[in-house]
Amino acid sequence: MKERVTLDVSKLPLHGMGTASPTWWGTLAFMLIEGSGFGLAIAVYFYLMSLAKTWPIDAPAPGLWPGTCLTVLLLASIVPNLVLSRRARQQDLRRVRIGLIVMSILGVLPLIFRAFEFTVLAVRWDDNAYGSIVWVMLGLHTTHIVTDLIDTLVLTCLMFSRHADNPRRYGDVHDNALYWNFVVAAWIPLYLCIYWVPRL
Amino acid sequence: MTGDAGLAEQRIFDLDEGELERRLSETWETPRGIWGALTTVDHKIIGRRYIITAFVFLILGGLLALAMRLQLAQPEARFIGPDRYNQIFTMHGSTMMFLFAVPVMEAMGVYLVPLMVGTRNIAFPRLNAFSYWIFLAGGLLLWIAFALDTAPDVGWFAYVPLSGPQFGAGKRADIWAQMITFTELSALAVAVEIVVTVFKQRAPGMSLDRIPLFVWAMLVTSFLIIMAMPAIMFASSSLILDRLVGTHFFNPAEGGDVLLWQHLFWFFGHPEVYIIFLPAVGMVSSIVSTFARRPLFGYLPLVMALISTAVLAFGLWVHHMFVVGLPQVGESFFTASSMTIAIPAGVQIFCWLATLWDGRPQFKTPFLFVIGFIVTFVIGGLTGVMVASVPFDTQVHDTYFVVAHFHYVLIGGAVFPLLGAIYYWFPKMTGHMMSETLGRFAFALIFIGFNMTFFPMHILGLEGMPRRIYTYQPEMPWAGMNLFVSASALVLASGFFIFFVDVLRSARSGAPAGANPWGASTLEWATSSPPACFNFARIPVVAARDPLWSEPDELTVATGLRTDRRELIVSSLVEAQAEARESSPRNSIWPLLSAIATTIMLIWSIFSPWAVVWGSIPIAIALIGWFWPKQVPEDES
Ligand code: HEM
Ligand SMILES: [Cu+2]
Repeated sequence: MKERVTLDVSKLPLHGMGTASPTWWGTLAFMLIEGSGFGLAIAVYFYLMSLAKTWPIDAPAPGLWPGTCLTVLLLASIVPNLVLSRRARQQDLRRVRIGLIVMSILGVLPLIFRAFEFTVLAVRWDDNAYGSIVWVMLGLHTTHIVTDLIDTLVLTCLMFSRHADNPRRYGDVHDNALYWNFVVAAWIPLYLCIYWVPRL
Repeated sequence: MTGDAGLAEQRIFDLDEGELERRLSETWETPRGIWGALTTVDHKIIGRRYIITAFVFLILGGLLALAMRLQLAQPEARFIGPDRYNQIFTMHGSTMMFLFAVPVMEAMGVYLVPLMVGTRNIAFPRLNAFSYWIFLAGGLLLWIAFALDTAPDVGWFAYVPLSGPQFGAGKRADIWAQMITFTELSALAVAVEIVVTVFKQRAPGMSLDRIPLFVWAMLVTSFLIIMAMPAIMFASSSLILDRLVGTHFFNPAEGGDVLLWQHLFWFFGHPEVYIIFLPAVGMVSSIVSTFARRPLFGYLPLVMALISTAVLAFGLWVHHMFVVGLPQVGESFFTASSMTIAIPAGVQIFCWLATLWDGRPQFKTPFLFVIGFIVTFVIGGLTGVMVASVPFDTQVHDTYFVVAHFHYVLIGGAVFPLLGAIYYWFPKMTGHMMSETLGRFAFALIFIGFNMTFFPMHILGLEGMPRRIYTYQPEMPWAGMNLFVSASALVLASGFFIFFVDVLRSARSGAPAGANPWGASTLEWATSSPPACFNFARIPVVAARDPLWSEPDELTVATGLRTDRRELIVSSLVEAQAEARESSPRNSIWPLLSAIATTIMLIWSIFSPWAVVWGSIPIAIALIGWFWPKQVPEDES
């Protein structure tokens, strides 16, 4: 077949940012999958609650402090995260480096509170179905914090290497920041379920 | 981005055809030999491999079906004992659903979608390689367990409490649950790749209303997978937890619930049927349009039918649970919505018939399978409407009526279109035509054998023969018909045999195909058969829904991509205007290593919960290796 050239793409940018980047959409799709996972966990929580005579089953409501501190910390981390995301779009290497270090620390701190959260649950995963679902909810969310933390740490190392100054890498930082927002947002309904629903 | 890169690109415009293709080959080629096979990220190689593997599982699952039919051919036969029979029907159902039907549809998408949207590779090619290896590992896990006599024996739906810790001794149910995790991981990965490929990598000008229907079908299917598969992963993981660390999700004594399993399972299991069926619908649309030699009648209604089927699919899971005793209102609602799904199905059939009415259909083999599809699917749909009514379902639920119904739907609705699709796209994939004569033979044997095998099962069911029984007494009035069914299954199998013979023969020595042997209209036919490693020397620019028909002797194309990197065009979501150039990843061993690390972790965690902790360390290392930038041109802009 004959070919007729009607478009020249040589002037287009390499690696689009945001919606022009396939990885951005990929991140979004994975958030949809994991969001379905969190949604299911919540649905199962309410399903089991609807069957139980008392809720929580054979246990007091979990202590509020560690979970609430963690929530505050996560919400606060949104601000530096948004700043980092903006710096990544501006391809400002020095500030991106600072931001990544800050976000690495903000990824470790919640894990300390999380460890205490497991201790105030006052129920074991193998005591009853209530224990099972709250442990799974906390576990599921902890996995997300840990994976995002590892991601951030690797990215931080990368941005201090000679691979740093590259639109692709800035795109990665941008997507990683997006994912952290998701980890924070997903926590809010879980927090309400675990700590406040038993107090209603 | 530097100035001299711009200069290098300038020179590409003057390259003559041969030189352009030589340079592109150098950049895109998969190295020969074992190393190339293990590291490739070419969607065509992975897609073909995926399709072949899925067909191998079809053969294995089919052999089990024949074994079951041999055992049931006579009352009180001694060929297979009850324990082994439980394993066999579980293996048959699980293999067909999780290792054949869903993967093969996705694999067709992996191969075809990038070609049909006119791009050079799928989005996230390394994830694509990973997803194949993970799928293979899950299939091997299941079948090696079967060879070692530790295969699951709890049905492909693994209902608790039979699969729970109280009744399911040994590791059988764990193996089932973990096989699910493998296959769902791989299905989800492919779904994400397809969504992003369709959203962002369409050829410039392929706006939403110019996407080929098969691509629409794969897109909608991918969304179904993304929404439905987490439910089964959640279910199977909770099952493993119940069995391994003593959680109580499904244990009523401690506040859990067995029906919770059924809800989670069917919230996935019903959409699963559409995950299998919708791609088949897309294949039918492609074949109908090509062999009627005219554009599809009712493009928009067809797209709307795909989308509304997908939406409705989520309202229907409860119709699998009519006999468990749910509230009356719920039942009526689900009966009504189950029947509603007949509307989009009707719309589709109407549009295809209207397309044919107006065209001059050519009765080539792919088209014969489409006719077979329409006939069987209508029968399966009718019995579907019957079982959607609660009183009727209560009567026939655990009988062979249901076995007959869902084989009509699955084989009629998915396997017929799939076989047609293989005849249709085989020339593209191999460069050779399949045989028309053998094709007609295979079709006749499969179609007749299929109806002779499964139609009598309706009657057996109405006569009260329960399903999942390994034998029956001679006093029952079922013997004659069972013998007939078993003999017919051999006719059906011989049809498949001829099909496979034809595939193997044609792959070597079929007549040469040429770029567009059927005179079809979509972009995959605009490149050579089989396509070169870079798919298109110059990316097509689309200005119509049927680009190869609107301008029969000329292809409008884009220029300006670099040849020394794996560049492709990223385009906007709705209008598909070119937005950026993106470099597609190179071959890598890390997806395979990541898959091996994941496999070790998943299998180990059948035995110890600590596997999740220690096993994730090698996975993390492999993933870092995967994403760490290498010393390759893509990483220096
Ligand atoms: C090729 C010819 C096939 C034959 C002769 C056949 C035969 C059978 C038979 C006899 C059973 C009932 C087992 C029992 O209840 O004791 C069965 C179950 C089943 N078949 Fe097939 N089958 C075939 C192909 C397929 C295909 C292509 C699929 C899916 C795409 C499929 C999916 C299933 C499923 C899901 C079950 C239910 C298993 C269970 O109850 O656990 N079959 N098949
Ligand atoms: Cu259903």
